[in-house]
Amino acid sequence: MVKIMTQLMTEDGIRCDGRRLDELRNISIKVGVLKNADGSAYIEFGKNKILAGVFGPRDVHPKHMANQDSGILRCRYHMSPFSVTERKNPAPSRREIEISKVIKEALQPSVILKDYPRTVIDVFIEVLQADGGSRCAALDAASVALADAGIPMRDLVSACAAGKVADRIVLDVNNEEDQEGQADMPVALMPNVGKITLLQLDGMLKPEEFKTCMQTALVGCKRVYEIQRKALMEKYFQTGEQ
Amino acid sequence: MGSQILDQLKRDKILDLLKTGKRIDGRSLDEQRPLIIETGVIPKANGSARVKLGNTEVITGVKIQPDKPFPDLGDKGILICTAEILPLADPNVEPGPPNEEVIELARVVDRGIRETEMIDLHKLVLIENKSVIGMFIDSSVIDSGGNLFDACSYASVAGILSCTVPKYEIKDESPVLVEGITSKPPIKTLPVSVTMARIGEYVIIDPTKDEESCMDARITITTNSDGNICAVQKGGSDGFTAEQLIQCSETALSVGRKIRKQFEQLM
Repeated sequence: MVKIMTQLMTEDGIRCDGRRLDELRNISIKVGVLKNADGSAYIEFGKNKILAGVFGPRDVHPKHMANQDSGILRCRYHMSPFSVTERKNPAPSRREIEISKVIKEALQPSVILKDYPRTVIDVFIEVLQADGGSRCAALDAASVALADAGIPMRDLVSACAAGKVADRIVLDVNNEEDQEGQADMPVALMPNVGKITLLQLDGMLKPEEFKTCMQTALVGCKRVYEIQRKALMEKYFQTGEQ
Repeated sequence: MGSQILDQLKRDKILDLLKTGKRIDGRSLDEQRPLIIETGVIPKANGSARVKLGNTEVITGVKIQPDKPFPDLGDKGILICTAEILPLADPNVEPGPPNEEVIELARVVDRGIRETEMIDLHKLVLIENKSVIGMFIDSSVIDSGGNLFDACSYASVAGILSCTVPKYEIKDESPVLVEGITSKPPIKTLPVSVTMARIGEYVIIDPTKDEESCMDARITITTNSDGNICAVQKGGSDGFTAEQLIQCSETALSVGRKIRKQFEQLM
């Protein structure tokens, strides 16, 4: 395979896909797209196309997983074999298992599980097409799907990445920037509670850049939140305004 | 169900102590347990280390052998870190395929060493796109006493620092071992991973197993010798505020400097 080095940024800070430093990719969210699921959402986040379906609260199988005092949350993040350039083996990879875990832990603080002892809420996420930042997009869809399922929640969870590309901090890292850039930091926020529920980083950041990068991502999360909120409003209040 | 009640009692006790600025084992909130590093414990490996971090104990072995490069990374050697918790390390661990916790552990340890660029992988190439040197750093937790992330990371770094790289010559396009000649691995920087846990409003460093069983959230931050932050992983079923995370990044840098001095003595 020949590696083509793309220029990631022009001198005046325009990125390889034409965005400015603090610009998100196009995001659209549709709520309630699956008939069988208790709640569902479909998100397009740049070239990411991701479905999320929520089932439950329902009986736990296997039974020994059940918690007598609280419901449990399970999450499966899975990529379709056709979602990436070279076919992906459909069996869950170690990367997918790790992402499933961090997404579950990012959603958990938002869901009021105490109300549903001995039950499980299953969140299934299918990445139909992957671009950079698929875990954030998946999380955004999953949180909306949980709300669509009518599960009591403290807040939505809104996720967005920031990173370092060509020595500058940028919002919402795309695939090329993730591959060739200097750092990628996915962040998830409960915007009304002010709690960060997912934080990962790979790359290299000076302590000052670490702070700026996190703040940049948080600004992105808040913008994503508005889009999530609007999508839910569109389903439940037809005018889109309350 | 019984253990849930015990966990709640444990949490109450730990929280009560934290309110007075103390921890269940007598440490202060920002105090690590003593770190003991021993290297060269497995002579058959190219490098090895046995690390004790309080009651947690890890053995790491480094194996070095020629390999084919990854198709899209023909100009780099191979670096793979793994970690596992042996069934003899913990009554709750069963033999079998790794669960999500173990997979996360291995991937976070690997990420810390990879993203800091500890090893100059370009120097491990024998023939570009055809043949490279692979370094396999395998860690086994043999006694689990909390904070496996840092213990495995320290053992991996110590194992790499202690290793000698055998020399390979190219004959007829394939690598052949040259007996008796070894070199030091191409080290660029020293990664130090620092894990903190939040219990209630308190953030403590290097949690024990008891503290982990009742923590709200966890954060692991890896820094390099130049004071950069290179890898972060948040875990646990709750979150942090932005201020807490910035405070954690500063703690990771200052504690990192102390641990790094201990690594430097191994070089």
